[in-house]
Amino acid sequence: MTSTAQPGSPWPRPSRPRLPARAAYALHTLLAANAVYRRLASYLERRPTLYRWFTAGERAGKEALFGCRMCGQCALPATAYTCPMTCPKQLRNGPCGGVSPAGRCEVYPEMSCVWVTAFDRAERTGHSGDLDLLQRPLDNREWGRSSWVNYWQGRDENLWTGATGDNPHPSLSPVSGPAQW
Amino acid sequence: MSLPDGGAAGLRGTLAAGHFAVTAEVEPPRDCDPEAIGRSAALLRDWVDAVNITDNQGSRVRMSSLAASLLALRAGLEPVMQLSCRDRNRLALQSDLLGAGALGVPNVLMLTGDHPRFGDHPEGKPVFDLDGVQLVWAARTLRDDGALMSGGKIATPPAWSIGTVENPFAPPAGFRARRLAKKVAAGADFAQTQFVFDIEAFERWMAGLRELGVTEHCAVIAGVGPIRSLRALEFMRSGVPGVVIPGHVERRLRAVPADRVADTGIDLCVETIQRLTAIPGVAGVHVMAFGQERRVPEILQRAGVGPATRTKAASTTPEGGNHHDR
Ligand code: SF4
Repeated sequence: MTSTAQPGSPWPRPSRPRLPARAAYALHTLLAANAVYRRLASYLERRPTLYRWFTAGERAGKEALFGCRMCGQCALPATAYTCPMTCPKQLRNGPCGGVSPAGRCEVYPEMSCVWVTAFDRAERTGHSGDLDLLQRPLDNREWGRSSWVNYWQGRDENLWTGATGDNPHPSLSPVSGPAQW
Repeated sequence: MSLPDGGAAGLRGTLAAGHFAVTAEVEPPRDCDPEAIGRSAALLRDWVDAVNITDNQGSRVRMSSLAASLLALRAGLEPVMQLSCRDRNRLALQSDLLGAGALGVPNVLMLTGDHPRFGDHPEGKPVFDLDGVQLVWAARTLRDDGALMSGGKIATPPAWSIGTVENPFAPPAGFRARRLAKKVAAGADFAQTQFVFDIEAFERWMAGLRELGVTEHCAVIAGVGPIRSLRALEFMRSGVPGVVIPGHVERRLRAVPADRVADTGIDLCVETIQRLTAIPGVAGVHVMAFGQERRVPEILQRAGVGPATRTKAASTTPEGGNHHDR
């Protein structure tokens, strides 16, 4: 029997959010993009040192609360604040087929699947519909960047999309995407 | 009972005609034997509409699914080329999809894939650059919009149909139908499921799919397979992620003497297929008979499904035997 991968293994480990979903949604309203934040974001991007400090702060906070791995394109608002990048397969569109009947992760059977946790939190807070959104592939160049700055700059607008409307198949690459950065 | 060229219509034609489709699983060899796929073809050609050519299944190295799909085509067996996100990033995935299009592979099937931790190279690097939903989405965009993920246009788009998988039995139960709905919104034409042993749970999932309108856009092909021995039962339960075997199935297998277990497993599989044909929206079955491929024709004949029985039915009744509601 293979032993379970230990901490320090290169694979992400499922993380159980330490902040209740309701509190996280409340916190989000505090951080919701507005003109002030947008100006702060562009200011930070012009000051590399400040940007680094700011990003370190974001990392410390979100790592403690959500196990954040700093992918730079935060999915938390659409996952009932459960970080999908802590899934060992880093799935952004829901759980794989390997979840055990008890809701445990295929790779770390002693831990809950992050998507089972996300579904639970979403159901209990009335945000279950968020999980039906199609999450676009990650831009891997954004690892280590501040997702808050990206969000305030409007770069997250096309991270996910709904499957509604006349077109049964939403476009993979958004036509009116954010400006190249 | 033999059909010319393994069935003129193929999987897509069978589904379009509303016939009950049958697919089976073929594992590429663990070496360079060019005849291995041909042997499976000789066995299965007349009995199935297509076969899944697996992609390093169980995270164990095998001949590539693209190469084995080409061998299957040459042997007159229609392939469904599996492609998993575990071993390739988005460049490699797209290039294999282009290759499959150029070689005339008629179906591709997108998987997230098992984690390498369980395979023969647990020290390997898991890629997972895309997830299964995103890979379906990328394939559909490639085919229908003629565009790579970069947005770059391609001149000659592929023509394959796009398959996906879902596990109706894994938690969260309330999300599994919706998860397939996402894959269908992303562009899946057909979906195969994990082994169905718990028919009641499967029916609940199907009801969810019908409610979401998924079965109108996507052919749902239920996974089935015979359990060969009590050891195989144990392995499926603990060694294969995501398989759920209810107590009554286990009791039935344990109630018979050891030399009768395999036959009981076949009986169970036949009965399961027969019950599945009656569920609205089930478009076919996918037979995974690891180590018992030789018995696939017997299973299909007894269950009365597949191209061989279809031609027979068609020659006796004008309507065919397996019309069903999709
Ligand atoms: S920024 Fe990425 S890694 Fe961090 S919490 Fe959000 S989704 Fe997870």
